[in-house]
Amino acid sequence: MVEFHVDRGSGLPAYLQLGQQVREALRLGWLQPGDRLPTVRDVVATSGVNANTVLKAYRELELAGLVEARQGSGTFVKASPGSAAPEDFDPLRATLAVWVTEARSAGLEDEDIYALLREVLSGGAQ
Amino acid sequence: MSVVAAEVWKWAVHDVSFELPPGSVTALVGANGSGKSTLLNVLAGHLPPESGHTSIAGRVAYVPQHKPMYKNFNVADVLQFGRRMNNVWDNERADEWLARFKVPRKLPIEDLSGGQRTHVTLALALGSRPDVLMLDEPLSELDPLARRKVMRELLTEVSDNGMTLIFSTHVVAEIGGVADRLLLLAGGRLLLDGDTDELLEEHVLYTGPRDSESPVEGPVVLAKHGKTQSQYLVRSGGTQIAEPWTARYVTLEELVVAHLERAA
Repeated sequence: MVEFHVDRGSGLPAYLQLGQQVREALRLGWLQPGDRLPTVRDVVATSGVNANTVLKAYRELELAGLVEARQGSGTFVKASPGSAAPEDFDPLRATLAVWVTEARSAGLEDEDIYALLREVLSGGAQ
Repeated sequence: MSVVAAEVWKWAVHDVSFELPPGSVTALVGANGSGKSTLLNVLAGHLPPESGHTSIAGRVAYVPQHKPMYKNFNVADVLQFGRRMNNVWDNERADEWLARFKVPRKLPIEDLSGGQRTHVTLALALGSRPDVLMLDEPLSELDPLARRKVMRELLTEVSDNGMTLIFSTHVVAEIGGVADRLLLLAGGRLLLDGDTDELLEEHVLYTGPRDSESPVEGPVVLAKHGKTQSQYLVRSGGTQIAEPWTARYVTLEELVVAHLERAA
């Protein structure tokens, strides 16, 4: 199950934040194909997010092919984002943990690590 | 299709025009004296506009900022009053609201806390089953925890009953994810009227070396120049930018403050 929350100090529109939280839950295996997303009313009542925002988030996920709305029964998870299965994450996580330990002992702060990661991901500065 | 349409001139309010779709949640934001209460009073029909017109489809409930009530009524009397004064009255709905916030029924209004009085006026407003609910600074007398809870419950009412909600507030940080529309007033004029998400996606803040020209196309909301750096808030709609400039989206609060600074 996903617990939605909106970070009001973020510049990211609320509906995109909700979408991101579903994607993250899918990547981490908290949500599996076939699982039902909470109803719009439940999200409104528990997270204090506007119903239109939740609907917009679900529509965006549907357009991305990640969920499907079934008439009268709710919104269900169709697929995981990306091609990797959640179990493939474990060895990668372990390698990364070793790397982070190395980086820290080399004196890197978290900020430096994020900066490096962003640089590598965007393909800059080889 | 709109449930609220207005074009209002009244005192300091100049040519404020907007339309709100049914089921929308609109935050009316502006500094003190910007005309928020005047606008709400005109919309509610308590003040006639000097010129222009307003139209609201359906029943309206309006809770003014000072929350007027008879002081020596007790809470149960207020519900009784609501039942007698309204053609349409949903006692259960009003009653549930009071129960949810544990408001004692037997106390006279004058002995209630500010927060409890807020709950009584909201219960009264909801009991009249409004299609459009207008609230002037509804959260001002509530503590941070209660503010969240009241907003959450109001949004649930909106979603359950297809109500349209307009509320005024100073606290911009609290409207993210809550309001899908933003009306920003300054000096009686409408600075912004739009979908909150779209506004956030349009506005991008660029930071780079001092330059008298914006690094991107699009309307510049605000430019600031330091000794070595310049910042441009631009309605550019995208964060693509060449080095050495950096770009980021802004928070709703930064966005509102920038528009207010520009208007000042």
